[in-house]
Amino acid sequence: MKAFADLFTAVDQTTKTTAKTKALADYFKNADDADKLWTIALFSGRRPKRAVNTTQLREWAAERASLPLWLVEESYPIVGDLAETIALILPPAEQHSDEPLSFWINALRALHDVDIDTRKQRILDAWNRQDDTERFLFNKLITGGFRIGVSRKLMTRALAQATGQDEAVLAHRLMGGWKPETTSYHALIEAEDAAADQSRPYPFYLAYQLDDPPESLGDPKDWLAEWKWDGIRGQLLIRGSDHHVWSRGEELMTDRFPELARARDFLADGTVIDAEIVAWDAEAEQPMPFNTLQQRIGRKTVPKKLLKEAPVILLAYDLLEHAGRDMRDTPLQERRATLENLAENLPKDAPIRPSPRIAFDSWDSLASQRATARDFRAEGVMLKRLDSPYLSGRKKGDWWKWKLDPLTIDAVMIYAQQGHGRRANLFTDFTFAVWQGNDLVPFTKAYSGLTDEEFNRITHWVRRNTQQRFGPVRQVTPKHVFEIAFEGIHASPRHKSGVALRFPRMSRWRHDKQVQDANTLDDLKQLLDAYG
Amino acid sequence: MADPALTFTERGIYCPAGDFFIDPWRPVDRALITHGHADHARPGHRRYLATEGAAPVIRHRLGEIALDTIRYGEVRRIGSADVSFHPAGHIPGSAQIRVEVSGEVWVVSGDYKRVDDGLSEPFEPLRCHAFITECTFGLPVFRWPEEAEVRAELNAWWAANAAAGRASILGAYSLGKAQRLLRMLDPDIGPILTHGAVEATNEVLRAQGYDLPDTLHVTPDLKGKDHPGALVIAPPSALAQPWGRRFGAASTAFASGWMRLRGVRRRRAADRGFVVSDHVDWPDLMRTIRETDAEKIFVTHGYTDIFARHLTSEGWDAQVVPTEFGSDEDDSEALAEATS
Ligand SMILES: [Zn+2]
Ligand SMILES: [Zn+2]
Repeated sequence: MKAFADLFTAVDQTTKTTAKTKALADYFKNADDADKLWTIALFSGRRPKRAVNTTQLREWAAERASLPLWLVEESYPIVGDLAETIALILPPAEQHSDEPLSFWINALRALHDVDIDTRKQRILDAWNRQDDTERFLFNKLITGGFRIGVSRKLMTRALAQATGQDEAVLAHRLMGGWKPETTSYHALIEAEDAAADQSRPYPFYLAYQLDDPPESLGDPKDWLAEWKWDGIRGQLLIRGSDHHVWSRGEELMTDRFPELARARDFLADGTVIDAEIVAWDAEAEQPMPFNTLQQRIGRKTVPKKLLKEAPVILLAYDLLEHAGRDMRDTPLQERRATLENLAENLPKDAPIRPSPRIAFDSWDSLASQRATARDFRAEGVMLKRLDSPYLSGRKKGDWWKWKLDPLTIDAVMIYAQQGHGRRANLFTDFTFAVWQGNDLVPFTKAYSGLTDEEFNRITHWVRRNTQQRFGPVRQVTPKHVFEIAFEGIHASPRHKSGVALRFPRMSRWRHDKQVQDANTLDDLKQLLDAYG
Repeated sequence: MADPALTFTERGIYCPAGDFFIDPWRPVDRALITHGHADHARPGHRRYLATEGAAPVIRHRLGEIALDTIRYGEVRRIGSADVSFHPAGHIPGSAQIRVEVSGEVWVVSGDYKRVDDGLSEPFEPLRCHAFITECTFGLPVFRWPEEAEVRAELNAWWAANAAAGRASILGAYSLGKAQRLLRMLDPDIGPILTHGAVEATNEVLRAQGYDLPDTLHVTPDLKGKDHPGALVIAPPSALAQPWGRRFGAASTAFASGWMRLRGVRRRRAADRGFVVSDHVDWPDLMRTIRETDAEKIFVTHGYTDIFARHLTSEGWDAQVVPTEFGSDEDDSEALAEATS
């Protein structure tokens, strides 16, 4: 696995995209087909079926390292990664052999055929033949979560460089439900008829946040505006009288949202729609809070009651395929008109409706409508150039998301805890409180938003101002006020404060504020009434 | 039962029998200092005692102080305590301090490591009844690679940069780590340049007779292009500043025990991380504690709670040095390793 470990090291020790792409392209030029296929699979979120669980891995590693299990488990959150923790605590390998990546993957796959004692023996043998980096990668193959700073886009680009194929064509080939166990590098990348897969979605087009004023976009007439819905981005495919629903993360969600099956009754074969999946309040004619949709996420089978309480529909943004024809190069104007035509004939209870356009004749008018986004349960506004094609991946220029400013509240830091992984030796996880009379009531945790320099300073301060310890948590003197930004707020009986926040983070360290200047629980409750 | 030889007070570790403190963090009348790092040798004490080897750096950093020196192994009677200093292997001149009162022996480790870096006086194992040990890297995930292996990686990185026409900028704490790295470098690869903070320490150590390779001080008028293939050693904080820009295309690296963790390595956003630490790793920490034969272990600096729990489960009488006494203050060189 040395070549793969070297690739990992090269990619991991640079932040430069060009250097990563080059390392990956060089690897693709030299590796054999089996290793290439698995490398593509790993960098697109696939991995061999798990034959041992993480509990077993921890126990075996602790035993091999002659350490008590609890000590391994205490080390894990500090390192931040189980595969790495295990690679680090194991004693050095006694022998080293350089087998290719596919050798170790096949070894893992073969574990399914043997009993648990044999599995353990084989894992211990493998650890004893690998250096630290190889071990880490081997463990990652088992535990999953293979994120090493190589996006699918970067991998596709490197593959395009190595093979001389067009990047967009490769991106499409790599979409969908292929499995490294049942295909080959040749079939996936090189074979002529790779487009046959009916279930294969198109790569999603993703927008950047608009940071400049909208005037920078030119004439408002060139733009389509619509709500940025707070749901799950998805793609509905109707082909071969079957339907598929894909998430942006390319997860097949067809069975999770059975009510979308009815779309087949209304839409013809050869239709692909880019949409937002939202929980829909039919009476109010608007989405339910994201919190409601959340109950549907992660459920593979849906109880009847939940289907009733949190029914989903698609709010359609775009038409990618019509009558079996790839529409992506057609201007948005036309795609959208066709989509709206299709939607016009749908009955009211169809699980699909077009995401409405927002009419505006000036940027000022759009700005004032955007300010009301929360009333529509939207996160802000999307801006799309009317003559733009449907591109793939995150590209600047034609699509922009113009999100609402987050909600904010000023809060007092009362507990601190050390971070993990990247920030293992800093205090980064804090609990914040607001006033209720003379008491500070904790209401949220936050661990991001500060610069490394600010984390250094607060770490220094926490060490000197600890009042009490509860295991890893330190109670600190109430002194520092932070502005907490968040995207949403909802009632939560589980929390002492009665509220829970969505995506809380520290947006500003308010050096200018004293503890008594922080907000109160009543202030939070008002936000809850207004936006919950 | 007699009073313990050492106690923990608001000012630091205190010996009632000798009326002195060890590495105190608030001003005291008499301070015994293990070594010159800023979190151990603080200004403001009335009288100081340190090893002959540590004294020049302490004077260099603290200026005019009343500093008395002692040789390694020399026993000095202070009040009714017998005190001696023994090599800790951490940086040149660094010491563990042994205190004996009425036959009860306590050892304060200061910072220490067991790897012989070829520069610091090698660690001397001591037997004692109570051992106060640092545990900056007191987790089993910290195991240092062989010195020879790191040396080879370091020089290979430098040579590859030199061949590609890039400078190599290495971030390392200016007292101890920087000089240790100097000894690891192969001067045949190219010139070695140093930041002012590093060079000032080099001068002090060279004057004491420590053998360091030739280095060139980076003065404001120095131009990077006049020194192709150079390796530059600078404090970690300098890497983030415009200071390094004069060297043009460069590869950056940090040398620290924290580089063992991928997460920390990535946070530092340097091109490379070399695992080089002046503190003990887990195996050496456990070995050292066994070798002291002490029944009582006090732990300070680092993952103290976890480490004390482990020692207790292995049968020692282990305690965390209470934090309100400030011993959990950041070990500044460890934190510098980690964060600056
Ligand atoms: Zn030190
Ligand atoms: Zn220290």
